[in-house]
Amino acid sequence: MPFNMGITELEEMASRCRINIIKMIHKAQSGHPGGSLSAIDMIVGLYGTVLNIDPSNPNWEDRDRFIMSKGHASPAVYSILNEFGIINEQDFMSFRRLGSVCQGHVDMKWTDGVDFSAGSLGMGLSFGLGCSLAAKLDNSERKIWVMIGDGETQEGQIWEAIMAADFYSSDNLKLIVDKNGIQNDDFVSKQMEVGDLRGKIESFGWEVREIDGHNMDQICDAIDWADKGKKGPMAIIANTIKGKGVSYMENNPSFHGKAPNDEEYQIAMEELA
Amino acid sequence: MSAPSGGGASRDGYGSALLKLSSNPNIVVLEADLGKSTKSCHFRSEYPDRTFSLGIAEQNMMLVAAGLASSGKIPMASTFAIFTERGFEQIRNGIARPCLKVHICGSHGGIHTGSDGSSAQSIEDLAIYRTLPNMTILHPADDISAEELTIQVAELEGPSYMRTIRNKVPRSYTDETKNNLKIGKGNLLKEGKDVVIISCGVMVSKSIDASIILKNEGIDAAVIDMHTIKPLDGDLVDMWSKRCGCIVTAEDHSIIGGLGSAVAEHNSKNNLVPIEMVGVKDIFGESGDSEELFKKMSMATEDIVKAAKKSIGRK
Repeated sequence: MPFNMGITELEEMASRCRINIIKMIHKAQSGHPGGSLSAIDMIVGLYGTVLNIDPSNPNWEDRDRFIMSKGHASPAVYSILNEFGIINEQDFMSFRRLGSVCQGHVDMKWTDGVDFSAGSLGMGLSFGLGCSLAAKLDNSERKIWVMIGDGETQEGQIWEAIMAADFYSSDNLKLIVDKNGIQNDDFVSKQMEVGDLRGKIESFGWEVREIDGHNMDQICDAIDWADKGKKGPMAIIANTIKGKGVSYMENNPSFHGKAPNDEEYQIAMEELA
Repeated sequence: MSAPSGGGASRDGYGSALLKLSSNPNIVVLEADLGKSTKSCHFRSEYPDRTFSLGIAEQNMMLVAAGLASSGKIPMASTFAIFTERGFEQIRNGIARPCLKVHICGSHGGIHTGSDGSSAQSIEDLAIYRTLPNMTILHPADDISAEELTIQVAELEGPSYMRTIRNKVPRSYTDETKNNLKIGKGNLLKEGKDVVIISCGVMVSKSIDASIILKNEGIDAAVIDMHTIKPLDGDLVDMWSKRCGCIVTAEDHSIIGGLGSAVAEHNSKNNLVPIEMVGVKDIFGESGDSEELFKKMSMATEDIVKAAKKSIGRK
């Protein structure tokens, strides 16, 4: 059943998730803090309100799906699965270690509650479309939520999927773009400007809403809007700050895929406390 | 516009198998604008609600198939063999790695595709998919065996790639002998004691022809249809390589990485005997009639005969 949490509860959950994201990446001395911290507020907003899952039965066939296409932001996913008791602290503190259920990139074969094996950008929306078509064949009301990054839209396959989702009028498919403006090497604008994402996605026939991806009121409104939408595929473009919540990581391309050292870890813990 | 392909083209067997599988409501068919060529079009005509056109967008098709499979469907996705390769990394990361039951059919494989020229002649598909864990790799000889093996594919617990071909070939199977087919088990078509010819796809009927020529010259050749390239039936290879003392492999595919390589890899670990490989020798093809191309590229029946004699000479 959907959890229908309130704003304060969601904001508190997001704060705990941020701390756990930094903890697991620091412990592993490896991982992607920037994109995890930019994405986490939307993920919390989704899991805490409308996403229809059963934490005691994460493989329930008729669950809503959350397809994390930007699979390097796995710490954000592990932090939310921990909140819902699907994995525990011991699991996520073994992140990236041999035999861990928390693989470097989210992997449906390794982690309960993970619906897609990601790690190669550009594939998750297509996978979500497949899940969407299957739900229709099953006459199921389940919904498919997909999260991608803005840099990820440089992959041509994203646009293949956006075109196909409109063709199939996939009103059970919901896209969230974590638009943090930074990719692996540098700012998106310097690597390959993706331009007017809203206009581009709308031009393919989707309904699009643009929000502040760190404002929980706006997040909940937009998720509710997309959840109820029935006209076709719907997208939320969430304007976010890479590394949100840790001062020296915010809007800093060097923390796309770098773990904090011990000193940086202490600073982050103080700021997130 | 698809070419006429009655009789023994393996793509027709794929098309008819989809119809036979249709009683399973989980079977779904995916196309990338080549359904008339791969022959999934017949399923589309009967079951449009379970057929998904993804347009000329193979990468998307592979992951849509993966998503369907993750939700309990059994997707049968087809396009030309060469264009499946457009989605290789999608197949690798999105299908093989999570071991999703997606079954890919690449039609128009090999030099046999002929007049479209080298851009359409996949000579490396079996090799590249063979490298992926979890994948079953098939290349049937004719329409009858393609139909039977496609029906069996739907029962697999993991993903598969099947290469079919465009043009008619002499049939190697009948409605009775198709019952000998089992994925993962090579099929002995002719016993022999001097050399074993292990072949797949269009080369199976040529290998049978070669064995008849050899017989007239006093050479007794065994012929195996190794329709499953992976997992390779190593026991059958061992049995007949020990009995005959030498091997010929024959495939319409690069000799790098395909059936010949699979047999050689197995042979190197188990029962060292001479091997001669008939296949594409690290070059691209060109436009032309299939049989003319096979002659030019040393892949005709007489080339299998020559290879058999050479292999026997190396014992």
